[in-house]
Amino acid sequence: MIYNIPYIAVVALILIGLYAVIFKRNLIKIVIGITLIESGVNLFLITLAYRQDSIAPIYHGEISRLMSLPVPHALTLTSIVIGVAVLALMLSLVIHIYRHYGTLDARKIGREEE
Amino acid sequence: MNLETIITHSPALIVAVPLLGAFLTPLVGKINDKLRNVFVILTVGLTTFFVFLLANDIFSSGNIRTYVFGGGTPITDGGFAIRILFEVDGLNAFMAIIASILALACVIYSWAFMKENTGLDKYYTLILLMVAGMFGMILTGDMFNFFVFLEITSISSCVLIAFWTNKGKAVDAGFKYIVISATGALFILFAIAILYSQYNALNMAFLANSIQYTFLDKIALVLLIAGLAMKAGIVPMHMWLPDAYGRAPSSVTLILVGATQVSLYGVLRMTFTLYGSQLTIPLKQIGDTSITMNGLLGITLIALALITILVGVLMALKQTDFKRLIAFAAVGEIGYIVLAIGAGLTAMGTSYGNMAFRGGIFHIINDALDVGLLFLVAGAIYYATKQTSLNQMGGLSRNMKYTTVFFLIGLLAVAGMPPMNGFASKLLIYQSTYQVNPIIAIVAILCSILLLAVFVKVFHSAFLGPKLPKFKDVKDVPKSMLLAMGIIACFIIFFGLFPEFVVNNLVKPAADAIINNTNYITTVIGGAVP
Amino acid sequence: MISIYDFIETLTTDSGFWNPLIWGVAIVIAFLIVYIIRGFGNKGYKKETEQTKVFLSGNPEYKEEKMHVKASNLYWGFTESLKWVYKVLDKMHTGNVSDYVLWFVIIMGTLFIILGVI
Repeated sequence: MIYNIPYIAVVALILIGLYAVIFKRNLIKIVIGITLIESGVNLFLITLAYRQDSIAPIYHGEISRLMSLPVPHALTLTSIVIGVAVLALMLSLVIHIYRHYGTLDARKIGREEE
Repeated sequence: MNLETIITHSPALIVAVPLLGAFLTPLVGKINDKLRNVFVILTVGLTTFFVFLLANDIFSSGNIRTYVFGGGTPITDGGFAIRILFEVDGLNAFMAIIASILALACVIYSWAFMKENTGLDKYYTLILLMVAGMFGMILTGDMFNFFVFLEITSISSCVLIAFWTNKGKAVDAGFKYIVISATGALFILFAIAILYSQYNALNMAFLANSIQYTFLDKIALVLLIAGLAMKAGIVPMHMWLPDAYGRAPSSVTLILVGATQVSLYGVLRMTFTLYGSQLTIPLKQIGDTSITMNGLLGITLIALALITILVGVLMALKQTDFKRLIAFAAVGEIGYIVLAIGAGLTAMGTSYGNMAFRGGIFHIINDALDVGLLFLVAGAIYYATKQTSLNQMGGLSRNMKYTTVFFLIGLLAVAGMPPMNGFASKLLIYQSTYQVNPIIAIVAILCSILLLAVFVKVFHSAFLGPKLPKFKDVKDVPKSMLLAMGIIACFIIFFGLFPEFVVNNLVKPAADAIINNTNYITTVIGGAVP
Repeated sequence: MISIYDFIETLTTDSGFWNPLIWGVAIVIAFLIVYIIRGFGNKGYKKETEQTKVFLSGNPEYKEEKMHVKASNLYWGFTESLKWVYKVLDKMHTGNVSDYVLWFVIIMGTLFIILGVI
């Protein structure tokens, strides 16, 4: 059971994130929701790498012990970097939207007649 | 350096050249604006040259080319090295041709269309980044690499959609696009992680070889299809598409059409290559009928496609904004592709099933060219009159002769009128879907007629009618825009006049790659790769 | 090597074929017929006389802006008779980014029920 807790956390994070994206009106909260989904996916990737009684995958002349998988670590790092770029981009767009409309309510933006 | 060396390295060069060009563009832009434009066109032209070289080699020889990045020592169980692998078969080469034509037309069109804007260094950088991302998505044979290029494409295209930041609507469309694509991409990453957790590999061919179709695989398939279908704009997940297409600059919309098609390619690659060997295995037995995976998925796709066609065409009929109207028509056109794929899936293995795949694949390139040309015409009208609403237009054919001719070509092609290319592929789709179920074909033909009605409305309200006084001084657009439209129109007419030539030499290898994935797998697994 | 004959092949489907050349010949014949019929026409047409003026049942001619039928007025009957469809469709297209993601989740759920459970 104790080993399943990370997976439960993954599902919970993704669901909370989806809830925020779908049911919140504030654009900042939508952005937070996407970040939560992203954390959930990253946590899932990291959990995959874990092996019981393993050490970090760094060779330092010791007798070889079980190591955790390095590939998911690399994937997670890449995914985090991409996530930061997306987050920065979304927030800058939110700034522009606020300048144009003076509100962050998702139901009030982008509706004017041209 | 002989030709063979260039072809061997071209999968890497196709991605590397625009990527390098993207970051050199601001430096070149410091010297001179014209020099920068020439530099960007040359970069994309060089990429196009590599694409055609590679595609010619693949289509004439029928081989699959691989390109390995990184070392070759096996690490994982089963002896497969973890590294990034580019794998190019008929389908990849076919999609790369589409992307290169659109990219070339876009940069030529941008010369005059974006001339009056500021920040063009960034614009061209983003265009080249997006082109690089698209080619990466097309050529890669690695799941995680696919995700990375998907994100590169969506980040750069989001910024390009919101390029006119002085318009609130454009920024709004950009925000919607990034939310949609970030969510979709994260679920795709989740699916990739699920697949990795089971098979310890990220290579598509290796995964396809060892896939078992367990419950987790089903979840991964659902996530992959849903995520990529949203980026391809299938109803009811299409709503970002009219916003994004309608409010972006026209040159950007042209590449966005390409990015949408590439997402559709992702659906094909994931379904047919990754799960290809599991498609026809019966899942359950109810009475005499056995439920198979391809039947289920095929019927689902046909249902989604019919809704997509209907909603796209009906909404297009009602729009008064020129680009938004074309965007809804584009949604409908994507429906035809998905319809053909679904019909092919339900009838897998039969001759008309194969014909459906050929029609669907052929329609991908036709759709990209036709819709792309119409968007360019819409951009040309915006450039000349500064109007986007059809209600404000009228009598433009008296001032803009060439644009009118290009619009007529696009109109006939997108509505599937002979002798344009749209007819040839739609004929294949109608005939194959008729054998699956006549009602599907009837709905498809009726919607095609409605599509014609939609564009006749545009033709009437924008181009016909008396010469309006406010458009007295309107002139035809600059030469670079006419050249870009001309390139695409030439391809449309060429594909229309020689359909069998195109089907035999371009479409058939791509359709064969969909129907049979063993070549794709054995090239990597069989030890051909060092 | 690609020969010239590859270009003029007919696209054959299971129960039909399509060759643009044949179509072109048919169109040329059709134009010839049209031209012949045109030859039977009245030769009394003269440019820039009363004949060429717009005739609206005796009503005066409108200005150019008013003469042109606007895009939103086209297909009025079609949209009017399908009002119930458009009502549903307009309700669907809310323009909220949250609803877009909601549709994504709904489709994901439907696909999961179809593919995963059955």
